[in-house]
Amino acid sequence: MIIPVLILFALFSTVPAIIGGFFSFTNYAGYGDWKMIGFQNFRNIFSDPEILASYLFTFFFAIVATLTVNVVALLLALGLNAKIKFKTGIRGIYFIPMVLSGLIVAYVFNYLFSTTVPTLAETFGFSPLATSILANEHWAWVAIVFVTVWQGAPGATIIYLAGLQSIPADVTEAAALDGAGAWRQIRSISIPLIAGYVVINIILGFKGYLGTYEIIVALTGGGPGTATQSVAMRIFSGFAGGDYSYQMANAIIFFIITLIISLLQLQVLRRREVSL
Amino acid sequence: MSTALTDLRPELHGPQQLDGTVHGKIRRANREGFKINWWMSALLLVASLTILIPLYFTISMALKSPEQAASGTGFAWPADPQWENFSQAFVLTNYPAAFMSTAFITVISVLGALAASSMVAYAIVRNWDKKFFRLSYIYLLSAMFVPFPVVILPLIKQTAMFGLDNPLGVAFIHIVGGISFNSLLFIAFLRSIPIELEEAARLDGASTWQTFRKVIFPLLAPMSATVGIFAFLGSWNDFLLPQMLIADPAMQTLPVVQQLFQGQFNTNYSLAFASYLMALAPTLVVYLFAQRWIMSGVMRGAVK
Repeated sequence: MIIPVLILFALFSTVPAIIGGFFSFTNYAGYGDWKMIGFQNFRNIFSDPEILASYLFTFFFAIVATLTVNVVALLLALGLNAKIKFKTGIRGIYFIPMVLSGLIVAYVFNYLFSTTVPTLAETFGFSPLATSILANEHWAWVAIVFVTVWQGAPGATIIYLAGLQSIPADVTEAAALDGAGAWRQIRSISIPLIAGYVVINIILGFKGYLGTYEIIVALTGGGPGTATQSVAMRIFSGFAGGDYSYQMANAIIFFIITLIISLLQLQVLRRREVSL
Repeated sequence: MSTALTDLRPELHGPQQLDGTVHGKIRRANREGFKINWWMSALLLVASLTILIPLYFTISMALKSPEQAASGTGFAWPADPQWENFSQAFVLTNYPAAFMSTAFITVISVLGALAASSMVAYAIVRNWDKKFFRLSYIYLLSAMFVPFPVVILPLIKQTAMFGLDNPLGVAFIHIVGGISFNSLLFIAFLRSIPIELEEAARLDGASTWQTFRKVIFPLLAPMSATVGIFAFLGSWNDFLLPQMLIADPAMQTLPVVQQLFQGQFNTNYSLAFASYLMALAPTLVVYLFAQRWIMSGVMRGAVK
């Protein structure tokens, strides 16, 4: 039962990775002839300011997005888990973004940021926002983070909600009897007990946001200039740009860095878990 | 003894029981513990505008005339709703073709994800004592650490080589890409299923395959719902794979065809928004109808 699946899996995930790894030591452009050039691609990458900039932007963005998404999601989960009126309806609204296409959502926000917000800002005489934030190389990332949070928070919220609901009622009741207020309960009971879920969200989130692609494509296309170009975008351009082997080497470096980070995250966060 | 007990429970004797006032009091006292947090409700309602406003905005833009769309902030409700925006966008993006292509990829991806991941999970869990299966498990899991950009370039060449540079190929890659995570979910769930059921089936002369199909797979239904929902959303809304792999523009999916409005039609906003809305509609409708079911399914995945 397992053999055919393993073969398919190897064929479409491991084999491409190995082939790609091999070509990163060649000068292959994606077509035509090629020859081995050893570590030349890797050497070039380390001295390429554009690649360095894309790495800096990608990691900066992934860290900011992961933190923002998780803070928003945790607050939302605590709110949606409280005793609120119209619970089902409110929850229903908050999870809508999860089912929408990120690309199309980003197109809608593209219009909002580039047309609606500046028009409103002009009306109220608020000059800093009177020009589109997407055209500002220093602040365009804010818009990308905003849309990422808009779309990504519900998924993380669900994981936190599941975590909050797994806390036995008698624990919170005991705390309430001991005179713990709502805030104290959240700080001393809810948060420590869902630490494991925080780990899941941070690891999955960070890995996902490192590869952010469609939201950037729809909002800024990597611009203005190359201010918001992510590593994934650069790698994907390997075919159109005719620098297949160069971007493949870039992908290998990206892989090694993300692997190290994932393992570090696992190490650090595992120790922080609390179990009942 | 019994009288002493009833004394402690005033609602069980005396005339109060008949008119129910004490009963009422008891219920009210209970409800004190479930006080509705009005302040939080209000806050959440206001904050939900961040979700509702963009949606309202999309709908209102989609119904505007090009002149009205080009003026102001876009928040005003259309003066004269232009329903023909939808029919125009429908023709322009060749909506039926894109819809069918997206639906095709989604159906294959969901069915494939369920079949492949559940079988792999079953094989691994029931053969945990064999080294080969434990290694397979580690192999599948290790793939979760490989970021997608690492395999995409060779994958484009490979799919073209196998004649899979089409929707079928996209569905295929979705299935393969999801095996790690989905098997993990199924494995976690399978460990909680008692082995006695299978032993009983075996004694009745069922083969491994029959046991899986008639006993195990039906038991996996709750987790299948979770895996199916993730596979559905992931493949329906995907932009990267179809964009990279599908060679024939006529077979492109709904998200990818929206790029039309970034190029040659980039000033016709009302038409663009009508098209966006039509592309968003299918998942929104499914969500509205199956909301409870989707929420519980996704939650289950989170607990595991």
